[in-house]
Amino acid sequence: MNLLNKFRDPKLCQNLLSQIKEELEDEFRFMEVCGTHTVAIFQSGIRSLLPQGMVHLSGPGCPVCVTHDREIAAYLALCEKDLLVATFGDLIKVPGPGGRSLKTAQAEGARIKVVYSALDALNIALENPGQRVVFLGVGFETTAPTVAAVIKMAGKQGIKNFSVLSFHKLVPPALAALAADRQISVDGLLLPGHVSAIIGIKPYLFLAEEYGLPAVIAGFEPLDILQAILVMIRQKHESRARVENNYRRVVADQGNLRAMEVMDDVFERCDALWRGLGTIPGSGLAISSKYEEFDASKVYGQELPLVEEIPGCKCGDVLKGLIQPDKCPLFDTRCTPARPVGPCMVSTEGSCAAYHRYVL
Amino acid sequence: MSERITLDYGSGGRASQRLVKELFVRHLGNPGLNRLDDAALITGLEGPLSMSTDTFTVDPIFFPGGDIGSLAVHGTVNDVAMLGAIPRFMSCAFILEEGLDMGDLNRIAASMAGAARDAGVSIVTGDTKVVPRGAVDKIFINTTGIGSVIANPSPSGSSASPGDLILVSGSIGDHGLAILSHRQGIAFETDILSDSQALNHLTVKLIKEAGPIHVLRDPTRGGLATTLNEIAQQSGVELLIEQEVIPVRKEVEGGCSFLGLDPLYLANEGKFICILPEKSARKALEIMRSDPAGLGAAVIGQVREGRKGRVILRTPLGGHRLLDMLEGEQLPRIC
Amino acid sequence: MCLAIPMEIISIEDNVARVEVGGVKNQVRLDIIDEQAAVGDFVIVHAGFALRKIDREEGLETLRLFQEGLGLELIK
Repeated sequence: MNLLNKFRDPKLCQNLLSQIKEELEDEFRFMEVCGTHTVAIFQSGIRSLLPQGMVHLSGPGCPVCVTHDREIAAYLALCEKDLLVATFGDLIKVPGPGGRSLKTAQAEGARIKVVYSALDALNIALENPGQRVVFLGVGFETTAPTVAAVIKMAGKQGIKNFSVLSFHKLVPPALAALAADRQISVDGLLLPGHVSAIIGIKPYLFLAEEYGLPAVIAGFEPLDILQAILVMIRQKHESRARVENNYRRVVADQGNLRAMEVMDDVFERCDALWRGLGTIPGSGLAISSKYEEFDASKVYGQELPLVEEIPGCKCGDVLKGLIQPDKCPLFDTRCTPARPVGPCMVSTEGSCAAYHRYVL
Repeated sequence: MSERITLDYGSGGRASQRLVKELFVRHLGNPGLNRLDDAALITGLEGPLSMSTDTFTVDPIFFPGGDIGSLAVHGTVNDVAMLGAIPRFMSCAFILEEGLDMGDLNRIAASMAGAARDAGVSIVTGDTKVVPRGAVDKIFINTTGIGSVIANPSPSGSSASPGDLILVSGSIGDHGLAILSHRQGIAFETDILSDSQALNHLTVKLIKEAGPIHVLRDPTRGGLATTLNEIAQQSGVELLIEQEVIPVRKEVEGGCSFLGLDPLYLANEGKFICILPEKSARKALEIMRSDPAGLGAAVIGQVREGRKGRVILRTPLGGHRLLDMLEGEQLPRIC
Repeated sequence: MCLAIPMEIISIEDNVARVEVGGVKNQVRLDIIDEQAAVGDFVIVHAGFALRKIDREEGLETLRLFQEGLGLELIK
């Protein structure tokens, strides 16, 4: 039996959907905080199949969407130096101040290379010893250990022409900030499966204990998502809030201790800027002094430039789940996938882009 | 050390003449080209005519299942054929980068010759320029093709009408994935080959035997999704596509899954979309499936009134969503 | 965020595994996976690294619990 196919089986999903319909009383608002969930829910058609009353909100779950204008400005400033900049494809089109992006920097002559892994960036540095290579580090707890492991490799191999500009971010502090925001009304949270594969269940327990929020760690197949939704609805009915792990085939309750160790060895917590949410204490990862020779912010003295805020953009409210994307005054008028204003429209998994791309 | 192209080869002098005679004419020669006049003399071509031009800049120039030479023939032959025509003559212009390996150029010319022969077209005129290192990437090729239209009326992107069925001639995304698998920084191993091939023999058969065909289009750059959107816009109709029956090879699905790409936006170089009245669809499918270029053909959807210019995808779960056009190229993503 | 997909290990050398999905093969690093992985195991792969081994039994268990909860016949 192919396990994965079971989790995609249309019949099983139909059964679950009717169950959800049956058990749903009036309204249930759930938020996912993972761009891959966003895309999975839209792309699989789940969103069009959810019964009326189920409100799907996309929170701050796309590392590109939460990358602050000032951080983009820092990336762009690096591009003006004599460097080769390696990046995940996700960042290429994200507009920073003045609508400039890595793509426009490339057209202006910057050397930018899209890679699939931080390791590819290290290999480029290895193959071109005369070329200084900077990797743009974005991503949550899933990605940060992979970048940390690459920095450790660079250290072990004594590579001198490789560094990372880290704007990695952490999910639980952002969830804490969201939960503490009184404006936000959410009945349940779908927790990101692959972040959880690294950090486990413990960092989320406060959601139920302190805020009474049902929260379920879920995988990315249709069945995973529908099942998690049903679990949340049942918790609400029983007026109890618990954090549950529904993605046990991948997520151990304690997380991946080895990955966390690698991450903690290379990075240290810092305050970080989130687009739309502002500064969240302890929500970022900076390269620790032990590895400072690989910290592009130190090697190239690259600080966060000051930039003006984008007027009218409601990315912040979208990320907080206060409004659906089409309620932003810029949506599909001044802000389109062709000319995005806020990053929620840029990344294919951004809330606004997904809404624009998939909703009938 | 093998011989390399120098700027002399583009000078118009003896070196240029040698390159043309000893390489291009040797491989591509035919009575039309062999005259080496300023222009090709074309006779016996009856109107209406279909004409198309395309420029090929693919990187890498040799890829699994083809190379820039065969692609430059197939691409243009297919575009000419999509108007319901029999492609007959082609021009081809090379822009070569100084330093290009002569062996590579030989391979490319030989491959063009083979592709032209298979497609039944003659390359009757051409041009070669050599530019300094860095001005182009190894080799760019422009081809223009011309042929007689045999369909009446000629198929067009604006002729899809409500009730028509939508067919594709085979698996989607093969070319795009084969090219990606060789990109630096992304490379992975796969047996998948580009589907680069001439489609004119099959399209001509369809036109002659399957009755009136409303739309023929080859979904190259931008992939199936983009071409479907273009058709929906041009024809002012809505297209409903069944995701589950779109043929996609498991390798293409596999490669797309870890790069975060959607096969429906990957380029194809040997597939076409055929839209025709429901009553002729069965016959058309039969013809396609009995031809080597259409073995994997399938009915993937239907044209309907709906909202103009919209393509809707019905997912395997039974949900419906928009199948939109992409803004730019698809990039591998980690999230 | 975090696109990560299951791939099957087809060989291992030191800290690098060759993995496969749908006939497409790639290499992944084993620097951050927390269990000994072996040929034939499925691992979740993200950005060139194996994150976790997939626990087939847990997967089946999830389906089973779910089946009980709904009174459905899922696993035959």
